[in-house]
Amino acid sequence: MRILKMQSKFLDVFLESLNKFGNLYGPTYKNKVLSYDRLANISDLVLTDEHPMIPIKKLFHPMKFTMLHFNEMGFTPDYSTIEKRVILGVHPCEIHSLLILDSVFMREPMDPYYAQLRQNSAIIGFSCLPTENSLCFSTDTDIVEEGFDLFFVNLGEYFLVWVGSSLGHDMIYEREEFFDKNVTHDDIQEYVEWRQKKNKMFKKSFEFDSMPDIMELSYESEIWEEFAKICLSCGQCSMVCPTCNCYSVTDVFDVTNEQIGRRDRNWDSCMYVDYSLVAGGHNFRASRGNRLKLWYGHKLKTFGKDYGRPGCVGCGRCVDSCPVDINVLTISEALTTKEVPEK
Amino acid sequence: MTLIETVENPFKPKAARIVRHYDLIKDHRFFQIRHIDMAKAMSFSYNPGQFIMLSIPGVGECPFSISSTPSRPGILELGVRRVGKLTESLFQKRDNEVVYIRGPYGNGFKLDKMVDKDLIIVAGGLGVIPLRSILYYALDNRDQFKRVFFLYGARTPNEFLFKTEFFQLKNRKDIECLYTVDKSDAEWPHATGVVTKLFKNLPEIDPSETTAVVVGPPVMYKFVIDEFLKLKIPKNLIQLSLERRMKCGIGKCGHCAIEHLYTCMDGPVFTYWDTLHFRELI
Repeated sequence: MRILKMQSKFLDVFLESLNKFGNLYGPTYKNKVLSYDRLANISDLVLTDEHPMIPIKKLFHPMKFTMLHFNEMGFTPDYSTIEKRVILGVHPCEIHSLLILDSVFMREPMDPYYAQLRQNSAIIGFSCLPTENSLCFSTDTDIVEEGFDLFFVNLGEYFLVWVGSSLGHDMIYEREEFFDKNVTHDDIQEYVEWRQKKNKMFKKSFEFDSMPDIMELSYESEIWEEFAKICLSCGQCSMVCPTCNCYSVTDVFDVTNEQIGRRDRNWDSCMYVDYSLVAGGHNFRASRGNRLKLWYGHKLKTFGKDYGRPGCVGCGRCVDSCPVDINVLTISEALTTKEVPEK
Repeated sequence: MTLIETVENPFKPKAARIVRHYDLIKDHRFFQIRHIDMAKAMSFSYNPGQFIMLSIPGVGECPFSISSTPSRPGILELGVRRVGKLTESLFQKRDNEVVYIRGPYGNGFKLDKMVDKDLIIVAGGLGVIPLRSILYYALDNRDQFKRVFFLYGARTPNEFLFKTEFFQLKNRKDIECLYTVDKSDAEWPHATGVVTKLFKNLPEIDPSETTAVVVGPPVMYKFVIDEFLKLKIPKNLIQLSLERRMKCGIGKCGHCAIEHLYTCMDGPVFTYWDTLHFRELI
């Protein structure tokens, strides 16, 4: 892959110039919460090691949107959410999460909403350093090799810039004067030191690689019941998890008309009691313990028959968010040690 | 916004007309529907065991088993129990009214494993609706199957679905039909008792030359499968169909997940052998 060097002083000008390729999006503060959003100005972009509270999935699998409109003539798709976008400041775990969501939404038959949002969005990745609850070293998602158009590694005075796609190449070509093809031996040395420093900064880790087996062995474990007793079924874990993709669909009539309306999609969570409820009242997952097992099965054991790896990308958001401390760390620790951690 | 109009949208349902409906029993109605687009109606191909998503605009969308056989193309048949918001609305529809459908979805029964063998079909209650598809498929292609046995159990004679059709089948010599109800009345001409009691009426079978399918209420599977295992039918030749909540039918919405599988894509038909690897099941 092509790797170039860019002095840090050029960053803002370069990023701003990318609006030629689409509307700029990135982490920005909205009501004091870091959130992926449309950037009015490049100065609104917040490049930080912290993650936005809601992961990048919201830009591709929106929290709520209209899939179809209907009237007496039938259904018509609504693609009004689709626009050309350049998404700035995307951390490695987020890029990994998109690759996992791709395997769900882009497999045949493709979800035309997700697919078109993906196809019309450039991903400009940025390196980050571990924060309090980062687990990406354990899940092997702390670096990325694919899934971006450009990826910036911040080495202080300058950035090393990985060019990951033809579009990324076009972006560089626009402002060629900012980029130096000559990556020196000293630069390589600095990069190596940066990685070593980063690897030592992780405060938390877990046995991600052995979790598929441990999950399988622990299916009947009473540990699940212990967690089920404290789980609030609030669904926050699903909202903040970058690889939770479940959604529900609701028809809504226009206020004034009994013929015209829309079919909306909105995020759902397998933590909700009615998640597996079918007509007639049979609930295939009435117990909270069973719902927790499904959630953690997808994150730590297998996510999809054909997708290979479990869904967890180690972002640590479940550790940040769960009000009763049920998260990939406490679950994996409890299953491994048989101890449910004290709050 | 430019490339979009050409994209096939798998969520966009197509208009279909209700061409005929009648009540099977109280709160259970039979519908024949046909795509309004004649070419689509004739080319709509599916396997027994697959399902469609049926929409009523403003009310919602739900999965329904296809009860007709692909060997009789053009018209799709559904058996529907009035049980929720969508079915309530469907029951208000009259012939010639329009509903919207998309599909077919799911894998369907594994026909390639079933041909040239004896076939045992075991239905409980509403499970007979999807099994009616494979039943008629086998009868329409009678030369592809050896002996065919159809075992069907309902709770009471009043809850026995497709009574006229299935009673007529008793006259055929090329299929053995065994019917039972849990609680009979004076007029009921067939057996009384749970469906597993019918197994003693089966002739001797060669388990290496037999496949079995079963669909019924969750509670029934274990008992029926035990009977199949007593007959020594291989576990991978026992097929069952599972019900789950579904919002999309195409492996996106997540609702029908069983561990890492999606009932809508990897099922709804699973072999008993498949299900032995699931921790949560029926």
